[in-house]
Amino acid sequence: MAFPTLKAWAVATAAGAASLITTPAQAVEIEYWQYFFDARVAAMDQLIEKFEAANPDITVTMTHFPYADYRTKVAAAIPAGEGPDVVQLFYGWLNDYVDADLIQPLPGDAFPVEAIDAEFFPMVQAMKGDGQYWALPTAVRSLALFYNERLMEEAGVEPPTNLDELIAAAQAMTKVDGAGNITQVGLTAGMTAQDHHWWREVLVRQFGGEPYLDDYKTVNYDTEAGRKALDFYVGLATDENPVTAFNFMDEPQAAFKAGRAGMHIDGSFRIGALESTRGLKWGVTELPANADGMRSNYSSYWVNAITTKAEGEKYDAAVKFMQYVTSDEAMQVWLDVVGELPAKPSVGMTDANANDPVFGPFIRGLEYAHTTKFADESGQRQAMVEMVERITLEGMDPGESLTLAAEAEQKILDDYYSGN
Amino acid sequence: MYRNLTIKQKQIVWAWAFLALPVLFYSVIRFYPTGNAMLISFQDWNLLGTRTWTGLDNYTTLLSDPVFWQVFRNTFIYLLLGTPVSLVVAFAIAYHLDKVRFMHGFLRMLYFLPFMTSAVAMAWVWRWFYQPVPVGLFNNALASLGIPQVNFLNSTTNALPAILAPAVWAGLGFQVIIFMAGLRAIPRSYYEAARIDGVSTWTVLWEITLPLLRPTIVFLVVFSSIGFLRIFDHVFNMTTNNPGGPLNSTKPLVLMIYQTAFSSFDMGYAAAQTVVLFIVLLLVSLLQLWIMRDR
Repeated sequence: MAFPTLKAWAVATAAGAASLITTPAQAVEIEYWQYFFDARVAAMDQLIEKFEAANPDITVTMTHFPYADYRTKVAAAIPAGEGPDVVQLFYGWLNDYVDADLIQPLPGDAFPVEAIDAEFFPMVQAMKGDGQYWALPTAVRSLALFYNERLMEEAGVEPPTNLDELIAAAQAMTKVDGAGNITQVGLTAGMTAQDHHWWREVLVRQFGGEPYLDDYKTVNYDTEAGRKALDFYVGLATDENPVTAFNFMDEPQAAFKAGRAGMHIDGSFRIGALESTRGLKWGVTELPANADGMRSNYSSYWVNAITTKAEGEKYDAAVKFMQYVTSDEAMQVWLDVVGELPAKPSVGMTDANANDPVFGPFIRGLEYAHTTKFADESGQRQAMVEMVERITLEGMDPGESLTLAAEAEQKILDDYYSGN
Repeated sequence: MYRNLTIKQKQIVWAWAFLALPVLFYSVIRFYPTGNAMLISFQDWNLLGTRTWTGLDNYTTLLSDPVFWQVFRNTFIYLLLGTPVSLVVAFAIAYHLDKVRFMHGFLRMLYFLPFMTSAVAMAWVWRWFYQPVPVGLFNNALASLGIPQVNFLNSTTNALPAILAPAVWAGLGFQVIIFMAGLRAIPRSYYEAARIDGVSTWTVLWEITLPLLRPTIVFLVVFSSIGFLRIFDHVFNMTTNNPGGPLNSTKPLVLMIYQTAFSSFDMGYAAAQTVVLFIVLLLVSLLQLWIMRDR
């Protein structure tokens, strides 16, 4: 846990003492909370330093907690008047935070709704409610297809651009031992990793469906398109020439890191871990399109919001800080330090960023990305996991399993929205 | 005022003065949270918002939740499989180890080692053992002998025993030590008398050793039953990608409570599950004490 540094205290008290003597120059201290992740803390340190240099009358102290305790601490602190003035939260938690009266809407004069609609990537509009924005991200994440360059070369294939090429390339890179056991997969698979996003927001749409209706309150994949998407996905492992095995090497990302997988679908947050893997030569490309060239993607993000605790001059300082952390400059810092993608096309789609060999495919994916509004992400993921397990482990008819999954997820959504 | 008390009363005052600290500790650390959990089980709370009273809603949801019954069954399979197997194995080891003189201390240390090892580290190592080809130890061995692979963790029937095995093995060291202490406590003279009468080894075991080990066995049965009813670390760490999976076939009650509380943030429902677990633990412990009571 990071407590305010001695220096920060010294500055604050010195400034406080000065203000007593000279009056109008006000020293305001605001508190910022986020969960602990090395790069995020380092990036925020840089941003705070720059912000304080530009606003000498404001001091920002950052506190961070292990991810596991984060939600509990925020929930306990803000009602007690102890917590942060500006807080970071996962986009999927927004409804809970709004209902619990933990955050307040961003003021329309500093954050004009039309300007945000126009300037940010479209999926950020999920943060809008009652005609105003409640929170805004600095950075966003999306999915792309990682590939192992050595295995591609060995099999003589190119990075795929559509689903047919994906299957062909995966088949060329799959290896089987004498007993028929797969020892190298062409494409990793596992609903427990990122595949549930790929299936919902990408495959279902590419097979002609619309995964949810009614602002993500109604499940809509128990359809012909959903069935085709499911058959395609399960077929990767169960067809005559399987190109993957579920649970191969325990985790998809482990198989890819170990060089035992030709291709792997994952988020931009995986870049750091892969960069530090020695001996792995990898590249990345956009998620494959369908036969008609239609593409889709899934995006998620963490947002910052002003809490209900911030009032008066702290509120004004918090607004200024929010403006800074959602500025173009802050987004570039976040991309350079954390590797997360800028939330505005004006920063993301610069020539340098959009054509970057690593970040480029993710950033281009943002233009057509969708953001699932989860009520309970792990619960809804579990519905996908079990949908596949019922087919592969219990031999259930895929259509029946699809119906059960849709019912299970609908129940989670109904329970959530009826409770609020 | 204190002066006017009798010696007896003064003793009581002092007894309570010394007891105050543990009483305070237990009230704040044990009884308050327990009572609070029971209260929350009648409420709806997502950690952030206000708590609202819902009466028995959480309990009716629980009774009609098929996952809860599956989890309930799993928990009892862990108990009914784990406790007898671990006790029989631990007794067999202790019984024979007791007779070994050669490197006795070293062997005892080897059996005790798993008990001292972190359950998390152990679970991850076993998780690796159980993987399919090309990484898993067991399956690689099978494959090199030309035997088809066994799906250990990725199977609705094999996963639970596969997870139970290292849990039993980890607790073995402790049970072996307790059994050996129990064996040592049986007076030698009974065995000498039996030998003079020319009684067979089996009779000695059934008529002398086991009856006199009764207090030890009662202790271990209660202790390990509670342990298996509360199994969590092994299951969670061997199935982190899909906790309690596949298809809930390995999920124990404690893991369900954890998920309901800290990934679905449904605190009221989780508290109701905790109350059920508490009642089950209480009943099982009382039942065992009653069955194995001294007649």
